[in-house]
Amino acid sequence: MKLKCSSKPAFPWFGMDIGGSLVKLVYFEPKDITAEEEQEEVENLKSIRRYLTSNTAYGKTGVRDVHLELRNLTICGRTGNLHFIRFPTAAMHRFIQMGRDKHFSSLHTTLCATGGGAYKFENDFRTMADLELLKLDELDCLIQGLLYIDSVGFNGHPECYYFENPSDTQNCIKRPCCLDNLFPMLLVNIGSGVSILAVYAKDDYKRVTGSSLGGGTFLGLCCLLTGCETFEEALEMASKGDSTNVDKLVKDIYGGDYQRFGLQGSAVASSFGHMMSKEKRESISKEDLARATLVTITNNIGSIARMCAVNEKIERVVFVGNFLRINTVSTKLLAYAMDFWSKGQLRALFLEHEGYFGAVGAFLELLKSSDDA
Amino acid sequence: MALCGGADRGSHSMDKSITLPPDEIFRNLENAKRFAIDIGGSLTKLAYYSTVQHQVAKVRSFDHSAKETDGDPLYEISVQEEITARLHFIKFENAYIETCLDFIKDHLVNTETKVIKATGGGAHKFKDLIEKKLKLKVDKEDEMTCLIKGCNFVLKNIPHEAFVYAKHADSEFRFQNTHPDIFPYMLINIGSGVSIVKVEAEDKFERIGGSSIGGGTFWGLGALLTKTKRFDELLQLASKGQHTNVDMLVKDIYGGAYGSLGLTGDLIASSFGKSATTDKEFSKEDMAKSLLHMISNDIGQLACLYAKLHNLTRVYFGGFFIRGHPVTMHTITYSINFFTKGEVQALFLRHEGYLGAIGAFLKGAEEDNPNQYSWEENYAGSSGLMSVSPELNPVQRARSGTFDMLEMDRLERQLVNLPLLQDATSYIPDTVDLTEDALAREYWLYCFEEALDGVVKRAIASQKDQPEAVERAEKFRQKYRHKLQTLRHQPFAYGSLTVRSLLDTREHCLNEFNFPDPYSKIKQKENDMALKYYLKVVKSVEELSWEQRQFTLAKGLLAGNVFDWGAKAVSDVLESDPEFGFEQAKQQLQERPWLVDAYNQWIERLKGPPHKCALFFVDNSGIDIILGVFPFIRELLIRGTEVVLASNSGPALNDVTNSELQILTERIAAMDPVIHAALREDRLALVQNGSSSPCLDLSRLDKVLATVIRERGTDLVIIEGMGRAIHTNYYAMLSCESLKLAVIKNSWLAERLGGKIFSVVFKYEVPSKAQEQH
Repeated sequence: MKLKCSSKPAFPWFGMDIGGSLVKLVYFEPKDITAEEEQEEVENLKSIRRYLTSNTAYGKTGVRDVHLELRNLTICGRTGNLHFIRFPTAAMHRFIQMGRDKHFSSLHTTLCATGGGAYKFENDFRTMADLELLKLDELDCLIQGLLYIDSVGFNGHPECYYFENPSDTQNCIKRPCCLDNLFPMLLVNIGSGVSILAVYAKDDYKRVTGSSLGGGTFLGLCCLLTGCETFEEALEMASKGDSTNVDKLVKDIYGGDYQRFGLQGSAVASSFGHMMSKEKRESISKEDLARATLVTITNNIGSIARMCAVNEKIERVVFVGNFLRINTVSTKLLAYAMDFWSKGQLRALFLEHEGYFGAVGAFLELLKSSDDA
Repeated sequence: MALCGGADRGSHSMDKSITLPPDEIFRNLENAKRFAIDIGGSLTKLAYYSTVQHQVAKVRSFDHSAKETDGDPLYEISVQEEITARLHFIKFENAYIETCLDFIKDHLVNTETKVIKATGGGAHKFKDLIEKKLKLKVDKEDEMTCLIKGCNFVLKNIPHEAFVYAKHADSEFRFQNTHPDIFPYMLINIGSGVSIVKVEAEDKFERIGGSSIGGGTFWGLGALLTKTKRFDELLQLASKGQHTNVDMLVKDIYGGAYGSLGLTGDLIASSFGKSATTDKEFSKEDMAKSLLHMISNDIGQLACLYAKLHNLTRVYFGGFFIRGHPVTMHTITYSINFFTKGEVQALFLRHEGYLGAIGAFLKGAEEDNPNQYSWEENYAGSSGLMSVSPELNPVQRARSGTFDMLEMDRLERQLVNLPLLQDATSYIPDTVDLTEDALAREYWLYCFEEALDGVVKRAIASQKDQPEAVERAEKFRQKYRHKLQTLRHQPFAYGSLTVRSLLDTREHCLNEFNFPDPYSKIKQKENDMALKYYLKVVKSVEELSWEQRQFTLAKGLLAGNVFDWGAKAVSDVLESDPEFGFEQAKQQLQERPWLVDAYNQWIERLKGPPHKCALFFVDNSGIDIILGVFPFIRELLIRGTEVVLASNSGPALNDVTNSELQILTERIAAMDPVIHAALREDRLALVQNGSSSPCLDLSRLDKVLATVIRERGTDLVIIEGMGRAIHTNYYAMLSCESLKLAVIKNSWLAERLGGKIFSVVFKYEVPSKAQEQH
């Protein structure tokens, strides 16, 4: 994907996606700064660069996903590294305060932001930090960001991957792949909630539907059920649990397969169905509950995505969003569900930069907007 | 609560916790056969088939070869015992199952039955108990097959079975018409999980999908989150909660709406999203509400995706998650409206809880060909849909949780649509829906309560020779008054409340206590009297000019209709002044122009070519049929129009029944060569309509009548009387010419229509298509 940019915007180059739970930030670190430039670079710009690139954690909750960094990227005639940073939306006000303290407004840059928070916090940015946001639509950004990252690749490797033998847990292997014919694709973005888009071309897409059962639901329920506090903790517990102690399977009701309808005994008949019984509620482990929550949410998303793919007659289903971060339980389950229920007709695809495409899309707009100016 | 345990096994050993006398619950058990049972997670539904012996009034012509004296009545009335088939369904909590089995064992005389059909998740759990107690072999049937069979049965046989739920509307329930073709439809059964089934024909259905997020998820997850054990309690909690405290809404993310996508700020973006980011305690109520929304929305969304994929628009919901709970019906309805933008309506069923038992029963009764008959809900023996607001009628609600009954009578004939309905799918028999019209409801309920004393008196008078009739009549009074009280609180109990359903319920209750035809003797007397005037009336009409004759005939038809024991105002006059005659009735009639007056158009039409065949739905006995209807159709016959007189199959008020009409017609034919010839040449046919109601449902008519109508090329339908032409069918659109005639014998109704008592409705309608052809 080629970007048109005749004039370069002033540094720093940021793109920001303020979601319901997480803020995703991409930062372009120029590596081709000339000595002359270095001299001219104002102090607070320099300090921002140093602060972001020399740390991998910011404050209590900010994290830089070092493993996702894209190196030696040339954009608008500049070469550098693209950094991927995230922090909870709950810390947004601290972030805005930091922007004020660092006199960010003096840098004459445009802050491109997408996601709901771009609207929700617009006024706070203005009044607290004297910053004007360039608000961008989150679905536009998502698609543009995704297409861009896919086109530049992941440091020489494909951005995209899938699972080989998804129905065979022993031999299920992650395989990189290239998206040669991207369109049409069903794009399933799992953040706090879920949005499902049918994308026919770069600028031609529609939102098919959405679901409120997303990453926020998984974490929210896990916090309530197990007392955990973070996504990482919840996933850690889930990885050790067994959902069949919580869920009622077809075989729990019918003793085996429900042959009249071709349902396997191992299929889940009722999520949390065992929890109707007092004895079972009292003997259940937190890990099992976490696992069941994860499986329930994931299967449900898979089921809705599959129905949408069939209704829209699209065979390629791409799953993105931060719910999938470090979450192989869900990615494998989605791959399996797509394959099994469609009898091999549908393929689930995943992308390495899961939740960052919106921020990338916002970042790309920064370069475009300076072009317009 | 302890069950009867080691108590004596007498017939009165029922546990005290059963608040109703058991013989009122397990009715007609002595003749019961073909049992079926559906045992769910908390409720048991028992079905059995029994024969009911009850009295019917028969009329029989005297042998006229014998010498006739003036004082002899026209025909003989006798009361005979008749046996009809009835289906009983009883629903009770699983806790009572042992007590109930004991009761059945003690009362089951019939030993032919060897097998009990069983379905439902709990069937295997209670298998041994059932086999031990009843000495019947338990024969398990597939749950889903039973469910679908039951669903097909109620959709076909129970008018107003399906309804749309609208929480904030004037009436929460909007009942649907019986669709002549029920297929295809989608049934979404929300039990512990969700099954989505596409039903294309009686025996053709397929599970097209499902979801594991269902009632079990609500219950299980809800119990974990709120430490509340019972499903009902969880729903109670949910109904009090605020989901916005737990869910992340679009406005929590955007600060407002996501305008470009049309997502409003109040939309849930992430269920339980706030509990992931907020460090605080959430109330049980709020969490339960959030969970309810999450699950209902999810099911609604999947339902819509499947409906779209399979191109289905009729979507019924059932399962314990729904089962009449207003909370879940509301959230599911909301979800379906949201996801389909109103294109698909969520439909619920009045007898949803019985589907499995009905289906299991039908599986066992296949040799009786139950699907070859039409069935009718017996209002006297059925509990009806219970109150949705627990605070409204807590006693009723509590009892309904214990025992609930449905009884269906097998009709002797198959019922079908009138082939002359313009659009059978949109036909609504009833003119006013009292479920929605609160003022009218108040009035009619009051009216029927006021009239109750008179009905009781008449019932007793009709059986003077039977001293215990007084006691029975009193039981009737209690039963019907109780029904009226129930309907006051729950007008939706038996589908849309209408004047027709109030009348039919009264007939069912009268039959229940063996008052099959309280008016038989009155009808006989009136018929007798009117016959004496027949020739005189015919002769006086013949002397008139054509124009005068037509007017006199029309007026005679209307005047005859004034004689109606069904209307209170008239029964008052008739009882106080027996001399009130035909001529006086004519004078009582409103002068033209009538309240609805299409007489001129009718006369213009009569100047044209004769109709091929006229179908006449007749009303009352006596003066109405003999001095009103017969002279009128006589003129039609002379014009060259064939006539089909459709009368009730069974008695209702003073309406002339088919068997009475047979005798009357014979007698008239004996006096009048015109009628005689018409009968002989088959230009005059008497056919029963399949109904025993004072009103008329044109979507449930005797199949034979439908055939006759079609074969004769009927091109004129005449509907007479308040019950048939005003309370019902006033707005019915027919595909041929029609006359709807009535005298409004009720001042309240007359006022509502903008007239006074004894106002005349003379409605002549020509379908627009035919108009184009002219």
